[in-house]
Amino acid sequence: MLFDFVFYMFAVIVIVSAMGVVFSKKMMYSAFSLLFTFFGMAGLYVLLSADFVAVTQIMVYVGGILVLIVFGVMLTSKITGVDIKTGTIGKIQLTVGAITSVIVAIILLYTYLSVEWMTSQFQVEVPTTTHFIGFGLFTEYLLPFFVAAILILIAFIGAAKIARRK
Amino acid sequence: MEIGLTHYLVVSALLFSLGVFGIVSRKNSILVLMGLELILNSANLNFIAFSKFKGLNIEGHIATLFVIVLAAAEVAVALAIILNIYQHYHHIDVDEINKLKE
Repeated sequence: MLFDFVFYMFAVIVIVSAMGVVFSKKMMYSAFSLLFTFFGMAGLYVLLSADFVAVTQIMVYVGGILVLIVFGVMLTSKITGVDIKTGTIGKIQLTVGAITSVIVAIILLYTYLSVEWMTSQFQVEVPTTTHFIGFGLFTEYLLPFFVAAILILIAFIGAAKIARRK
Repeated sequence: MEIGLTHYLVVSALLFSLGVFGIVSRKNSILVLMGLELILNSANLNFIAFSKFKGLNIEGHIATLFVIVLAAAEVAVALAIILNIYQHYHHIDVDEINKLKE
């Protein structure tokens, strides 16, 4: 009962703040709504017994990506600026976008609700997943792990090079 | 009704369609990036949910970690490019940026 309540609370937080990101008229409000979306996602991960991923979500998304996005918002626009498409073309684009996303939502929901998913009957409970993730990363997924490490190094060097003032 | 796999899938579907709407409807490129983050998060939620309901299969968690790493790299490069575009055009509206070089 309590589990159900917590799940619905986090689900409502995620969906409502995602709507805030998408529909809010001011960029700063969108950025702060994104904060609540990321925290709500971390809560859902904890409910799905993915503790390590939840903490990684908070550290990388909230501590890194969101800070970068807020810096981007503050460096590139007036904080009170309004960002909604205007004019006739904007209205047409908005309508087409709304129809597209509603169609996508209907297709996805129909698929998810109509398919009989093969779930395992028994629930596995482990005290923590960190041990298994570390074991997997350094045995079966060693090559992807190193490729990701080199990729993120190259990406950050490239970002620093691109963003530098001429 | 007990919380099952479909509950999480419904949340992820709604998140995905909201992200699609954010990408299509915005003209500011940073808000387009935020829509992209929503889509990546919904994919991550699917990975974790399927992993849990397949008997805590750890491979979903590893895939999610790789997605998070790639999202961090993507945001860093994208914001660097956006800052450069801002220095050149003094705005970042994706509708009006139509030159790759001068």
